[in-house]
Amino acid sequence: MPQILSPGTKAPDFTLPVTPDQRLSLSELAGRRVILTFYPADWSPVCGDQIDLYNQIIGEFRRRGAELLGISVDGTWCHQAYAKERNLHFPLLADFHPKGQVAQAYGCYLDDVGEAGRALFLIDEQGMIVWSYLSPIGVNPGADGILDALDEMPNAESLDVETKSARKRA
Amino acid sequence: MSKLRVPVSARDHISGGRNAIVTLVEYGDYECPHCGAAQPNVHRVQAQFGDRLAFVFRHFPLTEIHPHALDAAQTAEFAGDHGQFWAMHDAIFRNQRVLSQTTLFALATSLGLSHVDLRDAIQRGRYLDKINEDFMGGIRSGVNGTPTFFINGERYNGNYLAPSLITAINAEMHAAVGQS
Repeated sequence: MPQILSPGTKAPDFTLPVTPDQRLSLSELAGRRVILTFYPADWSPVCGDQIDLYNQIIGEFRRRGAELLGISVDGTWCHQAYAKERNLHFPLLADFHPKGQVAQAYGCYLDDVGEAGRALFLIDEQGMIVWSYLSPIGVNPGADGILDALDEMPNAESLDVETKSARKRA
Repeated sequence: MSKLRVPVSARDHISGGRNAIVTLVEYGDYECPHCGAAQPNVHRVQAQFGDRLAFVFRHFPLTEIHPHALDAAQTAEFAGDHGQFWAMHDAIFRNQRVLSQTTLFALATSLGLSHVDLRDAIQRGRYLDKINEDFMGGIRSGVNGTPTFFINGERYNGNYLAPSLITAINAEMHAAVGQS
C-alpha cells in the first residue's frame, strides 16, 4: 500500500481538466473546505458505488461548508459521459496527462495497476490536510469517516460570519 | 469495524423475533437489483431461525441512479401505516423488474389500500423525513452501498447468500447465548 499524505501537510496545489475545455485549480477553492476523493476508475460495475453514494449526500457535505472533487486517471470525455449517466452533481477531474501525477503527489497512485487508490483527503480553508484515509483496494470507504472529520472541524457557520465581516472591513 | 449508530427502536419495521437473540438489520433500496437478489436469501435466513431472529428493514434509496426507489420506499411506509409494511415490502421486491408509479399504485390496490391516499401521501412527502432519517443513520453507520447488513449492531461484510448469513448469525447466536 502506498503512503498517503497525512494530516498537517499542506495540500499540494494542482490544475486539472474538469471538462474538455475547462481546468480547475485547488487554489481556486482557497477559503473553502474541500474533499478530494481519488478513485480507481469511472464505470464501476456495482450500483451504490462510492461515487453514487457521495453524489446522493452532496448536500450533507455542502451543509458542512465542503466542496467535493472526484479525481481519477480517466480522461475528460469519459468523465463527461459517466457524470451524465450517473447524474453527478460534483466535478470529476482528469488526472490523465501526465497520467496520475496528482495522485502521485498525494501518495495514492497505484503503480502496478496504473490507477489511483481509494484515498480521501479533507482540506481546510487554509489549504491544509486535516484528515486523510486510504481504503483497502476493493473496499468502498463509505461517507461516515468524512462526515465525522467534518463534524470535528470548527463550526462552518461561524466561520462564514467571520469571513463576511472580514470582507466588510476590507 | 463499522457499528450501527442508530439502535433498533419502536420507529423501525421489525419482523418476527419475539424471543430474538439476534437482530439482523438491512439497509436496502427497492430498485437495487442486489437487494432484490438478497430478498429470497433473507427469507431463508428468517425461516431458519424463526423467533430467535428479528429482522429490521431500513430505507437507503439511491435516488440519483434509481428513479423509483423513493416512491417505492414511500409506498412501503404508507402500507406500514395500515399495518401492511411487510406485505408491501415483499410485493415491491417481487415486482422489482416492472417498478413504476403505476405498479406501486396497483400493488396498493391489490393490498386493499387506497391508491388515491397513497398518491396524496407521496405528493405531500409525508414519509420523506422518516426515510431520510433511515438513510442518514445508515450513512453515519458506514453503509457504503446496498444491501448492507448489521448483525447485532456490527456491520456484516460477507456476501448476502443465505448460507453465509446463516453462518454469521449462528456464530453471533452462540456468542450471545454463551455470555448469558
